[in-house]
Amino acid sequence: MRHENPARWPYIALAGIGLAAIPLAAVAAKRSRRAVDHDSAPGYTARRSFGDYKVVGRTVTIARPRAELFAFWRDFQNLPRFITNLERIEPSGDEPGHNTWHIRAPAGKVYAVNTRIAREIDGELIAWRSTDESEVDTEGRVTFEEAPGDRGTRVGLIIAYKPKGGSLGQTIATLAGRSPELQARHDLKRFKMLMEAGEIATPARTCDEHRKQKEEAR
Amino acid sequence: MRALTWQGTKKVSVETVDDPEIVNPRDAIIKVTSTAICGSDLHLYDGVIPSMKPSDILGHEFMGEVVETGSDSTLQKGQRVVVPFTISCGGCFHCRITQFSACENSNPAEKQDMSETHYGHPMAGIFGYSHMTGGYSGGQAEYVRVPFSDVGPIVVPDHLDDDQVLFLSDILPTGWMAAENAEIQPDDTVAVWGCGPVGLFAIQSAIAMGAARVIAIDHYPHRLELARKLGAETINFRNSDVREALMEMSGGIGVDPVIDAVGMESHGFAADNMIDIAKQTIGIGADRTSALKQAILAVRFGGRVSVPGAYGGMTDKFPLGAVMEKGLQLRTGQTHVQRYLKDLLGKIEEGDIETTFLISHRLPLEDAATGYKNFKEQQDSWTKVVLQPGMAAAA
Repeated sequence: MRHENPARWPYIALAGIGLAAIPLAAVAAKRSRRAVDHDSAPGYTARRSFGDYKVVGRTVTIARPRAELFAFWRDFQNLPRFITNLERIEPSGDEPGHNTWHIRAPAGKVYAVNTRIAREIDGELIAWRSTDESEVDTEGRVTFEEAPGDRGTRVGLIIAYKPKGGSLGQTIATLAGRSPELQARHDLKRFKMLMEAGEIATPARTCDEHRKQKEEAR
Repeated sequence: MRALTWQGTKKVSVETVDDPEIVNPRDAIIKVTSTAICGSDLHLYDGVIPSMKPSDILGHEFMGEVVETGSDSTLQKGQRVVVPFTISCGGCFHCRITQFSACENSNPAEKQDMSETHYGHPMAGIFGYSHMTGGYSGGQAEYVRVPFSDVGPIVVPDHLDDDQVLFLSDILPTGWMAAENAEIQPDDTVAVWGCGPVGLFAIQSAIAMGAARVIAIDHYPHRLELARKLGAETINFRNSDVREALMEMSGGIGVDPVIDAVGMESHGFAADNMIDIAKQTIGIGADRTSALKQAILAVRFGGRVSVPGAYGGMTDKFPLGAVMEKGLQLRTGQTHVQRYLKDLLGKIEEGDIETTFLISHRLPLEDAATGYKNFKEQQDSWTKVVLQPGMAAAA
């Protein structure tokens, strides 16, 4: 149970959304390195910096069919059910694939993050990128691939973002237990719970306690 | 409702708290009829398990009557159920391969970080057992919210009374799995460290699995007597050199499998254990492992080391060389309770397993704090305490 009300940053919220691909330069760097090292480790696990961007990534295996998981995620209205700091998401303007994410931040502030779908492959991948008018510079990608045997689906989430508070802000957020990495990890675990168990685990003994805990998790 | 709460090291008290409610669709609410104090509750009592918070409700061995069900529960009001101490979703990879205690979904996401950091993977949820395993309210209470009630609880027939089936919640399947992990063969001599409830059930299970001999090791005379009644030979480690005795009793070969049913608060006189006690007392996260070390030295080449005893942290001077040079197999883990429930209930019904011999004391829930104190301080005579919420408090 979280008793403190830690300082949070808009980009933290973003991490939860599951933004983004690694910045192109970073991917290229990784590729050239791979050619030399024969390294199979995902780029975001590299002990290196990605310039101005922070990159976080996480994979979970979910014992459900790929198509079902993709469809659930692709219906963006489902996302606030497991991304705790996402207040709502709605289409922005008339352009298809453009959305505004309303992300809860400290002191009751809500940031609007505008994104467009950069790439989509049915059943496999959704990638998005913030648009020029967005308050936060970020991109993200969620991938769905078959796991071996009957283990279900591997769901991978990569998020890149430009920390607003710089590296100091990043450090403070991490100390407060609210690093984007942590947030993304928790959100992905909640997605897994919802898909495999049909509900999200909670230790709350009463509905009132449950409500309070959910508010604190925002 | 009334519930036994943890308030600090060696401080527990029965308090009035909010009644549990149905929170998630698969929940059920159980009205507790019997609940036991587990040896591992003493680790909480002694303050050696991290991430406890004042007012946490303890208890993970409990049973009772279903009084309320969520929309997705498969239980029905009025059913009598025993509830496993581990919480399991039934849908994840580990639940599907019946490794229920490794459930990936029962520990809330925000509670998983601590064990993920310490162990490399997050632990599953457990009732009443610190926030590292979910921070769930436990069963030493009048009522309990049971998540995933369609997977965990087993319905028990009315002709079996609480005493006969209560231990299905933890210690009976834990003793059984310990014996299973020891891979007992017909001619085996099995040595069991610790004649507490889990050790005694491991002894019974080893005999049921066809072990030729079982040798039990402890220092409490009454507990050794209970082991003898179950058919074990015994060694009192205060009186004899255990390794030498085991070597002689096994004709110089060494025992085939060993079972450490002691865990992290091991008693013992060896100098290394005294150092371990000191480390644990000042809280630097060291487990006391003298029983396990002794077991590893006593087991024969190629033997099996089964560890149902609870450990939470690190240890040093672990005889890793002996494990490698003797080609030992080390098998351990929290019990996959749900895997064993049906079979063990059948054995209880047919009289193949006796469970009630263990109970030394029965107290009203109101007197739970007394139960903890005596279970801790008088381990020889207080072998198992059963608490009953409905029982009238002592005057």
